[in-house]
Amino acid sequence: MSSNTVKKQTSLAGLAKSVVRKQIFIPIAALLILVLFNLIADPSFFQITLQPNSEGYNVLSGNIISIIDRASELVILAIGMTLVTSASGGQDISVGATIAIAGSVVLRVLCGSNTRPDTLQAPVIVAFIVCCLVSMLFGAFNGTLVAYFKIQPMVATLIMFTAGRSIAAWINNNELPVISDPKFAYYGNFIPGIPIPTPVFITAACLIVIALVLKFTNLRLYSQAVGINPHSSRLNGINPQMIKFITFVILGLCVAVAGFIKVSRLSTINYSVVAKDIEMDAILAVALGGNALGGGKFNMTASVIGAYVIQFLTTTLYKYDVDSAAISAYKAVVVIILVVLSAPIVREKMGEVKKKLFPAKTAKEAA
Amino acid sequence: MEKNSVLEMRGICKYFPGVRALEQVDFTLREGEIHALMGENGAGKSTLIKVLTGVYHKDGGEVYIKGIDKPAVIRSPQDAQNVGISTVYQEITLCPNLTVAENMYIGRTKGLLTNWKKINADAGKLLDDLGIPAIPGQQLGSCSIAVQQMIAIARAVDMNCKVLILDEPTSSLDEQEVAKLFKLMLDLKKKGVGIIFVTHFLEQVYEVCDRITVLRDGKLVGEYVIEDLPRVQLVSKMLGKDFDDMADIKSESDTENIDYSSTPVYQAKGLEGTTGIKPFDFSIHKGEVNGFTGLLGSGRSECVRAIFGADKVNGGEVLIDGKPVKINKPLDAMKNGISYLPEDRKRDGIVGDLSVRDNIILALQVMKGFFKPISRAQAEEFADEYIKLLNIKTASSETPIKSLSGGNQQKVILARWLLANPKYLILDEPTRGIDIGTKVEIQKLVLKLAGEGKSVTFISSEIDEMIRTCSRLVVLRDGKVVGELKGDELTQNKIMATIAGGES
Amino acid sequence: MKKFLKTLIGATLAFSMAFGAVGCAAKQAAEAAGEGNGLIKVGIINNDPNESGYRTANDRDMKATFTEENGYEASFYYSLKNEDQIAAAQQFVQDEVDYLLISAAGTSGWDSVLQDAQDAGIKVILFDRTIDADESLYEASIVSDMAQEGQTAVDWLAGQNLDEYNIIHLQGVMGSSAQIGRSGALQDMADSNANWNIVKQQTAEWNAETAQQIVQSVIDSGTEFNVIYAENDDMARGAVQALDAANISHGIGGDVIIMGFDCNSWALEELLAGNWNYDGQCNPFQASYIDDIIKNGASEKVVIMEERGFEAATITQEDVDNYGI
Repeated sequence: MSSNTVKKQTSLAGLAKSVVRKQIFIPIAALLILVLFNLIADPSFFQITLQPNSEGYNVLSGNIISIIDRASELVILAIGMTLVTSASGGQDISVGATIAIAGSVVLRVLCGSNTRPDTLQAPVIVAFIVCCLVSMLFGAFNGTLVAYFKIQPMVATLIMFTAGRSIAAWINNNELPVISDPKFAYYGNFIPGIPIPTPVFITAACLIVIALVLKFTNLRLYSQAVGINPHSSRLNGINPQMIKFITFVILGLCVAVAGFIKVSRLSTINYSVVAKDIEMDAILAVALGGNALGGGKFNMTASVIGAYVIQFLTTTLYKYDVDSAAISAYKAVVVIILVVLSAPIVREKMGEVKKKLFPAKTAKEAA
Repeated sequence: MEKNSVLEMRGICKYFPGVRALEQVDFTLREGEIHALMGENGAGKSTLIKVLTGVYHKDGGEVYIKGIDKPAVIRSPQDAQNVGISTVYQEITLCPNLTVAENMYIGRTKGLLTNWKKINADAGKLLDDLGIPAIPGQQLGSCSIAVQQMIAIARAVDMNCKVLILDEPTSSLDEQEVAKLFKLMLDLKKKGVGIIFVTHFLEQVYEVCDRITVLRDGKLVGEYVIEDLPRVQLVSKMLGKDFDDMADIKSESDTENIDYSSTPVYQAKGLEGTTGIKPFDFSIHKGEVNGFTGLLGSGRSECVRAIFGADKVNGGEVLIDGKPVKINKPLDAMKNGISYLPEDRKRDGIVGDLSVRDNIILALQVMKGFFKPISRAQAEEFADEYIKLLNIKTASSETPIKSLSGGNQQKVILARWLLANPKYLILDEPTRGIDIGTKVEIQKLVLKLAGEGKSVTFISSEIDEMIRTCSRLVVLRDGKVVGELKGDELTQNKIMATIAGGES
Repeated sequence: MKKFLKTLIGATLAFSMAFGAVGCAAKQAAEAAGEGNGLIKVGIINNDPNESGYRTANDRDMKATFTEENGYEASFYYSLKNEDQIAAAQQFVQDEVDYLLISAAGTSGWDSVLQDAQDAGIKVILFDRTIDADESLYEASIVSDMAQEGQTAVDWLAGQNLDEYNIIHLQGVMGSSAQIGRSGALQDMADSNANWNIVKQQTAEWNAETAQQIVQSVIDSGTEFNVIYAENDDMARGAVQALDAANISHGIGGDVIIMGFDCNSWALEELLAGNWNYDGQCNPFQASYIDDIIKNGASEKVVIMEERGFEAATITQEDVDNYGI
């Protein structure tokens, strides 16, 4: 072997190593494993077709489209959940329940007191804005408890977790209104003539907004600093309570968008089951992104990929006829693997094994 | 192995990615001696201790322990304990809510049943023997830090340790407590325990130690008998250069051209904190370096925290350049050109997981505001500039600050506040727990800043350090300002007398 | 910003307090109901009306029937927890109601409280849900026969005389009585007939969205099907949404037969419009049966309510108005 190839190999190995060390490696690896599994098990999984739907215009369909479409709410929630996790060192478990509230508000505004109105009682944009305000209010409620009353996030949000769905039902007097205007369904399905599901665009918009916010404000630096060391942050002029509070309000806004999509998908929601267990998926997305659930540094891209991985897993499991009740068990397995892999003791042991396997390389690196 | 040695380390090597932390280091500890392990931050002291206690696994070399023929295998702190090596760290690692006796015997009782009566009796006897002022049934948390540390030592002694490692045990103790600790160390020495003493305090080394091993840049510089190594030489060995910087400082200290008649940069009238300090007046002029001094707990930190708005302020008036301002929170102070380097670096200073770069720009960034982030390129430039200026030893500006040594972390925090470009810089214990080289650098920097027209408040537990740098000292006792010294009054004796309160 | 924050916090607190106040007022109203005015006192223990459209309709029906005009003084208690319900029953026994009407959340643990009620001369009538207690402890039990509902639906489907039945079977929460009853009939039919194939059988847990995802995955995998048998209306709705996106026709004259249960009014309207084919009733209107028993006595222990199946071909607007919930 010429010395040239040896050199190339080491640099390749070095590259691989630096990639593995990156936080984003975890969700991407998970994604690749799922892709590989499906490729081997049934390549037709990736088939995408363009065919007319019942309203006569062409739309894309296929598992991949389903995944990207279905993951929308989760991705949007993962954005807010990542920020909340970073700043408060805890998670909001009430997002499923507050989605029910957000959806209920949309229905209430659009339907008025009539459960089956023939026409919308208010413009959609009004419903959306009211829904955003209400969701942010509930986010502010959670944020107040966490930031100013210093209650642990999971405990503080337990209140809304418990009460949220009842509040949602109460907003509509226990009725389940249905919106009959087909235009309202555009937001959760397809806009005539556009073959890509609308939630994909909404998600893209949210991702662009958060990317801009992270680029043009100090949200990232502040929430990370507050999450890592609130004392030090305060002495550097940051108001830790305000930052925690703001992250919860932002999560509230994410909940509003997710709730809006949910209502639009079916033109109605069922308060007791809509977005059930989505909080766990959102937290899992953050964890799958390799973010510390104890707060501090975060990688938004990794969380977003994490959210897509979860939907990929769900769709794959549906395809292979796994009982939908059992899907949470599979997710639990993923959580266990993640937690174990990120435990320091396991990392240490893996380091040792690596050292034993490539003793020469480690020595060279040290030199 | 030599006849009377309890521990020999031969050719110890330890590598971290890209760094040789230890390279062929030898270390010998004899029975019944106190052996100082000296070196600047990053010299390899901590790494050597961690190899010895099994926290790190060495990459080369051997460790021999008295009574064991083969090289000892130490792969965990538990292994270290089994072969008779015990460590007492700077931070107490016991449980404050258990009793003294429970702390001494926890994890060491065999079987399910524990005879607490016997344990309490044993503990009492041991405490008596070692002259430690604590009662077995007392909660550990109610003891002073010094006593807690002694209890940790007692626990180690009772485990029949042959080698006792004391890692910076004195940095949070006052002088009396240090004296007590030294008495305990000397007692143990008589009993034949080998003690490795890691500290930054030169005086303390000369007070109790028998021999000194000096490390520099991961290599062994040498092992010396204490009588053969004067202080100046020790310092020069640690720094690796002929040392006359100490002399430089005094000559640089030039206080003549401070205009005391001008409007003070900062002036407080009857400032009243909520942390147990009495209302106090204070002012500082352009180009002046002053200090707050007093014993631990005298309120010197509380005073400067009140100035910075770090703690809530109840009353009083604050003038900046003669204009009244309200300082209710740190941001107010920062916007008025005040910077504050806090006493507790770990808790209040660093943001551990963030990079050196983010730590440096943090204060400036907050002052600029939420919607005006400093660009990546600009931040990079700032970071590089200050890493170079303060000679911060870090792999890159991307490295998390927590992986830097204490002295370098302190320099990063200093960089943060220099970047904020204050008129008035408050440094609370900037030199604590830092190696001598960095200490001197920081002192020089303080004088240089004053020369450039900044006002600096400098607080240190080491009085000679204060005398060297400050032109005026505010003396506190029990939360009250009891005196102000300047000029010729700035002598060790005078300061001591004022602190102690002898009206002479 | 600070001012905004303060307003926000204030608003939040005010909101939560107002919410609390509503709860208190409701409770007081229930307690304040008078005594000794010749009315029949009934204590009604039900599941949370928010649980489902069925429960909402059921609760509304009860409230409409047990009014003062009809000679009743009714107190209501809602919970999805069996223990809470039993505790509430105990309270009603102490309050000496005349009748105790129970829709139990769980089947066990009721014996002692029902015994207490009997000793106190209180008559117990169960509705909607049965319990594991001796028959002598209650007056009557008014229930739906879920297996019969399933059988009615499957019989209707068999009557469509298709050459081959390729069925997507969307089940409710596994183990619930509705799921067991409605699944049983279909399963038996599929087991005994070679031309009945269940191409996908999965629980969507009563959830429209899950149903949508399941059907979508069947479509994406290219499996042929011509019947969707959803065990409630929500899941049928989700399934239809997936079909629409893939341009698969359904309902009258369509490629896929859509079947649902519960007779939500919006579902019946889908039938009326010909988008769906069948909807099985799960009768929530027990109040009139109970009223009858209280006023005229019980003729039998177990009263099975009359339940219908509606089909698109024959449903009328009148049916929608009368039977929709």
